[in-house]
Amino acid sequence: MDSDLFCSAMEFVAGSGSVLTSEQKAAMQTSFVILKKNYKFERVLFWGKILGIKEDYFIVQGRGEDELKDRKNLYSFNCMDWFLLPPATESMINEVSKTAKGHFTGDPSFVYEQVGSESTEAVSKVNEEKRLAVSVHQIDEEVSVVPRGAFIRTPQGLVHINCSFSGLSESEAKKLDNFLHFSEPKNLKKKSILELAGRNLARDFLDALSDDVPEGSWSLQLESGGQVCVIRSLLWPGLTFFHVPMTLQHGHVYIGPGIKNLSLPFQL
Amino acid sequence: MLDELLEELRSGSGSRSGPRGDREPPQRAAMERLAELQKPLFTKPEDPQEVDTPLPNVSKISFYLEQAGVGLGQVETFRISLAIRQLVESEALPRCRLWGKILGTRGSYIVVEAEYRDGEQDDEPDPEEEDDGGKVTLLAFPRQEGLPQPAYRPPPAVPREAVGTGANRFMYYVCSEPGLPWVKLPPVTPAQVTAARSIYKLFTGNLDSPVVSYPPFPGNEANYLRAQIARISAGTHVSPQGFYQLGEDEACEPNPDFEDVQPALMCDLSAWVHHMPHILQQGRCTWANLSGKRGDDSNEEGEAEEEEEEPEEMGPQLLTPLSLDAEMFGVPPWTCRLSSTLVPQHAVAVLRSNLWPGAHAYASGKKFENFYVGWGLKYCGGGGFSPQAPPPPQTEYPEGPELAEVPDPSLEDEQALRDALEERHLSPGLDEDDDEEDDEDDEDN
Repeated sequence: MDSDLFCSAMEFVAGSGSVLTSEQKAAMQTSFVILKKNYKFERVLFWGKILGIKEDYFIVQGRGEDELKDRKNLYSFNCMDWFLLPPATESMINEVSKTAKGHFTGDPSFVYEQVGSESTEAVSKVNEEKRLAVSVHQIDEEVSVVPRGAFIRTPQGLVHINCSFSGLSESEAKKLDNFLHFSEPKNLKKKSILELAGRNLARDFLDALSDDVPEGSWSLQLESGGQVCVIRSLLWPGLTFFHVPMTLQHGHVYIGPGIKNLSLPFQL
Repeated sequence: MLDELLEELRSGSGSRSGPRGDREPPQRAAMERLAELQKPLFTKPEDPQEVDTPLPNVSKISFYLEQAGVGLGQVETFRISLAIRQLVESEALPRCRLWGKILGTRGSYIVVEAEYRDGEQDDEPDPEEEDDGGKVTLLAFPRQEGLPQPAYRPPPAVPREAVGTGANRFMYYVCSEPGLPWVKLPPVTPAQVTAARSIYKLFTGNLDSPVVSYPPFPGNEANYLRAQIARISAGTHVSPQGFYQLGEDEACEPNPDFEDVQPALMCDLSAWVHHMPHILQQGRCTWANLSGKRGDDSNEEGEAEEEEEEPEEMGPQLLTPLSLDAEMFGVPPWTCRLSSTLVPQHAVAVLRSNLWPGAHAYASGKKFENFYVGWGLKYCGGGGFSPQAPPPPQTEYPEGPELAEVPDPSLEDEQALRDALEERHLSPGLDEDDDEEDDEDDEDN
């Protein structure tokens, strides 16, 4: 969620049960300003918190000119001293998915080891900082949500905030097809021309949540007396998105163990 | 901007330019109905002078919980506390507390834990005692001659624990939104606890919806919710050591001499103890001996001799320190820390369960509280949940040598058999009949 909305927005997503203490909120607000200046970000977002056994990682995302591609993630334990996360590469993702399982420990230098199968005997090692980078990247890729129309792609191919966006209407906010994945589209290319006929090139360049497999991997509810639309991901439990209909306020935050829910098919 | 205008013209809705309020009658109506329902919460109490109230101070608890990084938002918590006041007044509860919140796919449950009044009996009959039901009844196929009968005998039903004891020590009320009516959950049966252990279903938010699962769950979502609440309470309700002491009848009672402990000293698992009894494999907190019952049932079938006396199942003692908790999936079961690093003087000790994600506890001075908010499911290891495999199917017919498949004889085998027969044929002292039969067999081959 955007740093400008930080305090009010944390109240909207509190229905999931996770809040920040006043100490953390105060430290965060100071950090946002400093990070924005030091790293020359256009915008700073509070990304969330990954719970570890010993310590929790607080994560902040800085965005540059292109909202979709110019992203940098930073982590911290005390919301004051920030460390840059390495960008997640394909090989890193493979390594981590093979090796790291279970809860985060809270020590970035902790090494996960996995002895390969008997034939190869190779020991793959990966440290927790890399795992954190990969998990943050995966969550961004798979479950970051924006309302339809909140971002536009300019003719130059850059993705910007849509200045004329004024929020979804209340009836629109009750439908999952009006919420989009904020990551490079994957399903869009597979759609037929007929389905894409009424599409607005500037706005509809992202995948809709309603196309996700398995069906029902999102839980959409109206909370706070029906005034806030809250979407929770069941694939990455801990991710909460909120949108107040008819306003610009929207955002998502992840507060959870950083583990993908592989049991989802049995849970529905 | 131009694109948007074009789209609006195309769709003909004029949504973004026209007046907005008149487009949404159904949603508005739902919101207005909820507001009307919540309005009675904000009435003044009749007797504001009452001092000794069973009402918990939810706002204060939520303040401490916020230090622990868990909560439901200030405004929402206050609304919940008003709803609890309404519940206490309407049901005349002796004591209650906010247990937590369980999230579901289409709605969530706010759960309140209340004590039974003295001598209160639950009206709900025990489904296990009523009949053989409670378990899933097998489909009644018409009996046909010659078809095998199922060899499955359901295990004897474990009797439910009386209200006010064991897993049914407290009763639970749930509601989905403050202001909506509170629903009392039925007492839990051991069969439901054991079934809930082997399934991994999310809640939907509707108490009447069926629980579709394998192995089948006896009951609907209200029973499943109650079973999960019992499991979570048994696993994660903890208190500072010394707060409770064992009474005469092995029950927990508050220790009047308890002195508050420094939060820094509470950041140690041995300073915390479980004060809810462990639920055994059987699904009860106290072990019920079923061997007598079972003997009676199975005498007619002549199986009484085969039954072995089951050893009594024992769980860990009440008030066992958390440091003795078993480690599962290589994860330490608890995470313990101070809420603040900058002002440790005024921090509270915070405990978080890693096995039941969402279960929290805090202790500050003489006060402590347990709170759960989450999906109501246990952590099932890094590899995900693996469902129970169905039992092997019963054989359709008795297997015997006449049905066993044998390899076809090879040319050499036949030749050898023929040679052997010829030899016997030539040798004297054999019955004619025998030979003839053998010959026929030979031809058949």
